[in-house]
Amino acid sequence: MSSRNSILASLRRGAPPAVPLPELPATGQRFDDPLAHFAQMLAAVGGRSERVASTGLLSSAVGALPVVAQAARVASLVPGAHPGNVPLNTIDDPHTLADVDVAILRGEFAVAENGAVWVPARELGRLQALPFITQHLVLIVDPAVVVHTLHEAYGRLRFDGPGFGLFISGPSKTADIELALVIGAHGARSATVFLVG
Amino acid sequence: MNAHANRAAPFVADDPRMHWHDKAVWYVRGNRDRAAASVPEWEALRELAAQVKAHTLSRLPEYLELFERNAVRLGAQVHWAADAVEHNQIVLSILEGRGTKRLVKSKSMLTEECHLNDFLSEHGVEVVDTDLGERIVQLAKEAPSHIVLPAIHKKKEEIGELFHHFLQTEAGASDPKYLTEAARGHLREKFLAAEVGLTGVNFAIAETGGVVVCTNEGNADLGTSLPSVHIASMGVEKLIPRAADLGVFLRLLARSGTGQPITTYTSHFHGPRPGGELHLIIVDNGRSALLASETHRRSLSCIRCGACMNTCPVFRRSGGHSYDATVPGPIGSVLAPAKDARRYASLPFASSLCGSCTDVCPVKIDLHHQLLLWRQELGKQRLTPLSKRVASRVVSFVLGRRRLYELLGWFSRVLGRMLPRPLLHTSLNPWARQRELPPMPRESFRAQWRKRRV
Repeated sequence: MSSRNSILASLRRGAPPAVPLPELPATGQRFDDPLAHFAQMLAAVGGRSERVASTGLLSSAVGALPVVAQAARVASLVPGAHPGNVPLNTIDDPHTLADVDVAILRGEFAVAENGAVWVPARELGRLQALPFITQHLVLIVDPAVVVHTLHEAYGRLRFDGPGFGLFISGPSKTADIELALVIGAHGARSATVFLVG
Repeated sequence: MNAHANRAAPFVADDPRMHWHDKAVWYVRGNRDRAAASVPEWEALRELAAQVKAHTLSRLPEYLELFERNAVRLGAQVHWAADAVEHNQIVLSILEGRGTKRLVKSKSMLTEECHLNDFLSEHGVEVVDTDLGERIVQLAKEAPSHIVLPAIHKKKEEIGELFHHFLQTEAGASDPKYLTEAARGHLREKFLAAEVGLTGVNFAIAETGGVVVCTNEGNADLGTSLPSVHIASMGVEKLIPRAADLGVFLRLLARSGTGQPITTYTSHFHGPRPGGELHLIIVDNGRSALLASETHRRSLSCIRCGACMNTCPVFRRSGGHSYDATVPGPIGSVLAPAKDARRYASLPFASSLCGSCTDVCPVKIDLHHQLLLWRQELGKQRLTPLSKRVASRVVSFVLGRRRLYELLGWFSRVLGRMLPRPLLHTSLNPWARQRELPPMPRESFRAQWRKRRV
């Protein structure tokens, strides 16, 4: 018998009596001002957010960010925020992204309870490494779609085909040496979220 | 016997370090409390999580088959491993298939359980653990002492020395920021050079065929987005039925573990990335036997947050290595004897049964009760020390006979007052080895109680 079948058979033999699957709540705690709570949680995990009144003002706001102003290599998937100088559509090998200073991506929505932004990697294709290999990360998010908790987040998400996506909450961090918090472990050293519109 | 206590002895002997460890881990427990208190529906979430896990375990074969179908549809390759040996062999054959001798690995307690690193090293593969804490213990040729904070037993000066030796950092340097930066540079090279990356799995979603991996450092993500082959190893118990269940589990996981509202990266892998390969290895290695155990199957609900360790007064003061098991602390002491009752017979006694672990467990495993049940089973199997078994017999005999109990109580009150200290603190009384007996009262509790009531 293959391991597959023997594992399934022994799990069947040991199966406990049926237990019903509970209904899940569609919502959880509510915040008076979810955007303000999002900003507060993001700051608490070492990130920062900035409100930009309109898309017209976005590029100057992004350009004013010190990490962008000082960057030699900017990889942008949001031309309206920054033109970028890394030709993403001609690159096939993620290793060539090793010297990217700033990556600018669109986030789909923000989660108030934990400062996270859902980032679908659909448009990244083979360059899924971009949000992690970059030294600094900039996310552009529409503030109209902030959700309160993860329950609503999963109410919005559909996983009906191949694809990668993730929640990013702040910059990469570690506390593995004597619990001392260090920002910038393997991934981005900073994470800035622009809430535009 | 007394293995846990013996192994804890050297850790306890270094008093300042023991207290540092105690405080550090307790600090994380404090963070957990604040995070839990910030969610008004916290208790309802714990209950939901427990129910979802109980349901999934009651229909595990169905969900595994559904998961497999969906994962294959998305382009993943699914492997099944009955035990550690088969798991390790599958990993090796994937590496050999790519003709590579290098593997970057992010945190996976399952691969620790399977001793994958040793196996691969014997076959000439360079395995690099990329979680900072795991890299530290790997360089030190040790095992993780905590499932979330693998190097919490080490002081920064020791890590500085290790890094000076292996990563050429400055001699004597011990600043965590400096050391982390050095590890970042060192591991970036490893990420860029690897062809295969291996991760654990936090959750596997049956209805979608996807797997979810949570990290703070981003190592799992670099390790799966640069190499073209991603191997994800998971125990059969990682299944959840629906993607929406993540709304419950992810709200609990990081808050329980470190007090963060969520980990920095919560990555959802559905099929391989364009041009890549995704191998999912589904591992039993004793889990089906545990599922068959009516008493202990609830321990399969564990989501490996580490909260029970952070709160455990014994773990905090004895350190993770004293357990000598893949997973230490209360949950480890429940899981380990199920694998090898003789070897781990002392672990269920490494607890005060205070119940704090049960209180913080996000999936409501009745940990202290499980530990008590193990003690009884181990006693029945005669795997506890003879002294313990005889003592329990004697106590149970006395407690069942009221007159005898009263008589012996009177005796000990009189003798306790009369006998000189050296006679009470003999080697026959291990309890008194590190403790002083309290002054003996003149009257029994029952006598005092009678007086008060009048």
